[in-house]
Amino acid sequence: MSVSRFWRKIPQRYNLIGTVCTTCGRHFYPPRSLCPDCRRGGKIIDHQFKGDGEVVTYTVIRTASDQFDSATPYVLAIVKLDEGPNLTAQIVCTPDEAHIGMRVKSVFRRIAADGESGVIHYGTKFVPAE
Amino acid sequence: MRDVAVIGVGCTEFGEHWSTSFRNLFVEAGALALEDAGVTGEQIDALYVGNMSAGRFVEQEHIGALIADYAGLASNHAASTRVEAACASGGLAFRQAVTAVASGMEDIVVAAGVEKMTDVGTGASVDTLAGAADREWEGFAGATFPGLYAMIANNYMHRYSLTREQLAQVAVKNHDNGVHNPIAQFRQRITIDTVLNSSLVADPLRLFDCSPITDGAAAVVVVPLERAREFTDSPVRVLASAQASDTIALHDRRDISTLDATVAAGRRAFAQAKLKHSDIDLVEVHDCFTIAEICAIEDLGFCAKGEAGKLTEEGVTALGGALPVNTSGGLKACGHPVGATGIKQIYEIVQQIRGEAGGRQVDANIGMAHNVGGTGATVVVHILGGC
Repeated sequence: MSVSRFWRKIPQRYNLIGTVCTTCGRHFYPPRSLCPDCRRGGKIIDHQFKGDGEVVTYTVIRTASDQFDSATPYVLAIVKLDEGPNLTAQIVCTPDEAHIGMRVKSVFRRIAADGESGVIHYGTKFVPAE
Repeated sequence: MRDVAVIGVGCTEFGEHWSTSFRNLFVEAGALALEDAGVTGEQIDALYVGNMSAGRFVEQEHIGALIADYAGLASNHAASTRVEAACASGGLAFRQAVTAVASGMEDIVVAAGVEKMTDVGTGASVDTLAGAADREWEGFAGATFPGLYAMIANNYMHRYSLTREQLAQVAVKNHDNGVHNPIAQFRQRITIDTVLNSSLVADPLRLFDCSPITDGAAAVVVVPLERAREFTDSPVRVLASAQASDTIALHDRRDISTLDATVAAGRRAFAQAKLKHSDIDLVEVHDCFTIAEICAIEDLGFCAKGEAGKLTEEGVTALGGALPVNTSGGLKACGHPVGATGIKQIYEIVQQIRGEAGGRQVDANIGMAHNVGGTGATVVVHILGGC
């Protein structure tokens, strides 16, 4: 995967910093700079998420793109953060452990690498919190 | 706005075209469509070409011009435009052609779709297709396209009664239909056991729950309805053309296992055509994965949420059923050259309405085509009818 280099500079990716609309109170992760409800009437500021959440749905990826091929099988999920928003992330657990409704907490992990000598991508994964 | 009709259709065989170039694929489909329509190249005002990712699959951009050129239309300078909406590129190209003719801006327009996907390996094609979702926040985390639909399937199965066998029956049924389709990539029957014993791709989806990697092209010719009889005795009228959008990322949806853009586009199409569900004789839905067909039948409103699995099991959606779904074999058996699929759906509906569908022919006067881009961020729905 040819992830654009500038994405490594996005602080929100590493720290689970999203945004919140101070007009309506809706939280966003991934961060948004425009509230889809209030649109230009909303005021957006950064928000540090606690990192606790619940698995809404998941799968076990068995066939991946080249960059993730060596990591298969891995558990991928949509996690609902306690503050409201959903995000897509890997769960660090065995395929048998994963289930819908599972409580999870965020961790900072290596996500992938562009080959043996390429850029290493870091970001947020989740671990079971039960 | 003018009424619009399809006067000709053409399609290459779908499959692995190792010895054919990208440009030759669409030239073949285009020539078949023009021949069918009785139109010459000089008469064409404009082309709209659905293509998702020639830049990554064959490292060629500027597809609109390339197609016009190799279709022999460079000298008459026909307006040619590439249309991209991931796997809905073809359906959207058709909608652009319909819009151009309906507006009065153009008269004789070709809508085409083309994709050549087998020139790259599986990992590279998986990666390219992942670009139809949110690369920065889904693909980055390791999401693949089957993976996203697998998460829809798990969410769906957690909430509604859908058995693994019912899901497999979607693939079995579409392979049964594909047997009768000379352009289908797979023309052999499979059983539920074939699906359940195939390798896991992304749990719970197995290899035979997934549409394959495919090369192919399709083209149709549209004109104002009032001129259609100049060219053909069997024009097919466009009764509705609807499009809707939703969030690019699956995780931002209101409901993980409902494609709200399908709901919206379906409602708009029915309202435009002033038709009800019982008026529709057949539907081509976007079955990129078995779960996608289940969701499509429900989200288009043909049954309540949670009931499409039972409908499939009971044979309602089979060729002899009350609502034949994917008579062509769908994306599953025909193959899914992403940019071409939406046009192939129109090709199938037109063939059915004209009574030219051979062994898969159903009693058809009105048909619907449903084409999805990504996990539902773009949906295009058309209704066509005989006249």
